[in-house]
Amino acid sequence: MSYIKVEHVDLGYEGKSMVWDLNFKLDKNDYLCVVGENGVGKSTLIKTLLSLTKPIKGRIELGDGLKPYEIGYLPQQTIVQRDFPATVGEIVLSGCLPHLGKRLFYGKAEKEMAKEKMELMGIYHLRKKSYRFLSGGQQQRALLARALCAASKVILLDEPVTGLDPKATAEFYQTVVNLNKSGLSVIMVTHDIQAVDYASHVLHVSAENSFYGSKKEYTKSNHWKILQAIGGNEHE
Amino acid sequence: MNSLSLMDYLNMPFVQYALIVGILISLCASLFGVSLVLKRFSFIGDGLSHVAFGAIAVASIFNLSNDMVVTMPVTIMTAILLLKSGQNTKVKGDAAIAMFSVSAMALGYLILNIFKTSTNLAGDVCDTLFGSVAIITLKKSDVILTVVVAILVILFYILFYNRIFSVTFDESFTQATGKNAGLYNLMIAVVTAVIIVLAMNLVGSLLISALIIFPALSAMRIFYSFKGVVIYAGILSVLVTTSGLLISILCTTPVGATIVACDIVVFFVSAIIGIILHRG
Repeated sequence: MSYIKVEHVDLGYEGKSMVWDLNFKLDKNDYLCVVGENGVGKSTLIKTLLSLTKPIKGRIELGDGLKPYEIGYLPQQTIVQRDFPATVGEIVLSGCLPHLGKRLFYGKAEKEMAKEKMELMGIYHLRKKSYRFLSGGQQQRALLARALCAASKVILLDEPVTGLDPKATAEFYQTVVNLNKSGLSVIMVTHDIQAVDYASHVLHVSAENSFYGSKKEYTKSNHWKILQAIGGNEHE
Repeated sequence: MNSLSLMDYLNMPFVQYALIVGILISLCASLFGVSLVLKRFSFIGDGLSHVAFGAIAVASIFNLSNDMVVTMPVTIMTAILLLKSGQNTKVKGDAAIAMFSVSAMALGYLILNIFKTSTNLAGDVCDTLFGSVAIITLKKSDVILTVVVAILVILFYILFYNRIFSVTFDESFTQATGKNAGLYNLMIAVVTAVIIVLAMNLVGSLLISALIIFPALSAMRIFYSFKGVVIYAGILSVLVTTSGLLISILCTTPVGATIVACDIVVFFVSAIIGIILHRG
């Protein structure tokens, strides 16, 4: 059974559809790359997957033990965060918030988990450093560690390499691949054409004619040519 | 020359009341100020204080013994409204707040003029805007009310500290974990409204923003962890209000303006310390 199964779904907001008849699934160990032009509805898709809005039509099934709000989310950076006074430790620990339930404070288990995820991301030595003094790549690792605290099965990354230099980008992609190999399913929403290289499956969102398939199928499709054209323009 | 010493003043009940109320209100304001500043919501504090002025003007027509009956609900409702408009339409929200606050000020002053209830209108308006001597004519019931509300506010902050941190740092992530980020935002706005109404007596409606933003901004010069900023902002606000109040009593300067002047000094001192500490 798939973690996520999307069948004949229309997406949009305020009752108006933007994307019609979306079909795809996410299995254990999948690495799904979600691409598409800006404004086509990728952010709405993210919100829908995170159970923050409902699809206008169709059904989204969660399975294989995945429950709503159990997707580890790495949102796009906001201006607020860039100079936020918080240590890496504080931020990663806040990923344990969903485990608190009705409890008010973090206990030993949560702190242990935060430590483990920081070590996994190679940022434990930065735990007392302020987030605002980290490099872009380190900041993304901190947010990734936080997402890993929140979820153990699926993570969803929204344009995670925006603003990173080529070296940091390559390192970040490698980190995600390693996580994927260790058994985590990954949904990577991006307009970076490079990201497709690492994926097992690709979802190319367009209004009426979205593509879903394995990477191999994708690189043979027309959608791939479209993406290369867009990607080429954006890199100029 | 002033013949009374500081100790003489400290023994007077009205000075003690003023200190208790002043310290508690500024402590509350500074705690929530950290989140408001970081979430770029400082303007909500500013807008709300102007609306509270309008509400006080309306309350004065009805000659209420306690104008909080009017100002509290009006300010809380405005807080909710501003928060909603700020979230949905960013640019318009900004203009909406400016419109709100300037209208409330103008209409408030107009109402005060039309329904004159006192002979010293200019003085009354000045008091409401810049803080009055009311802080040193506090009744015991005012003090008790402030103490109770302040304890509730501080308790709320401590108990929900981890959630407040999460929603301040990253609303989207907090929502994605299934927590109701909107609700926490709403609570922050409502508590801010409550603090503002209470703080009107202390520094007046034009200067309330100072109590909210200055301690947070000063603390952020020196500390780079959230906990550090929150604790230091709290300590600063208590020190600044205490010294501001005492200076104003000793030198007979206006209470609100003196406290804000102290805030300004502390901000620049913190900025310099910050530069020295974090150089290189």
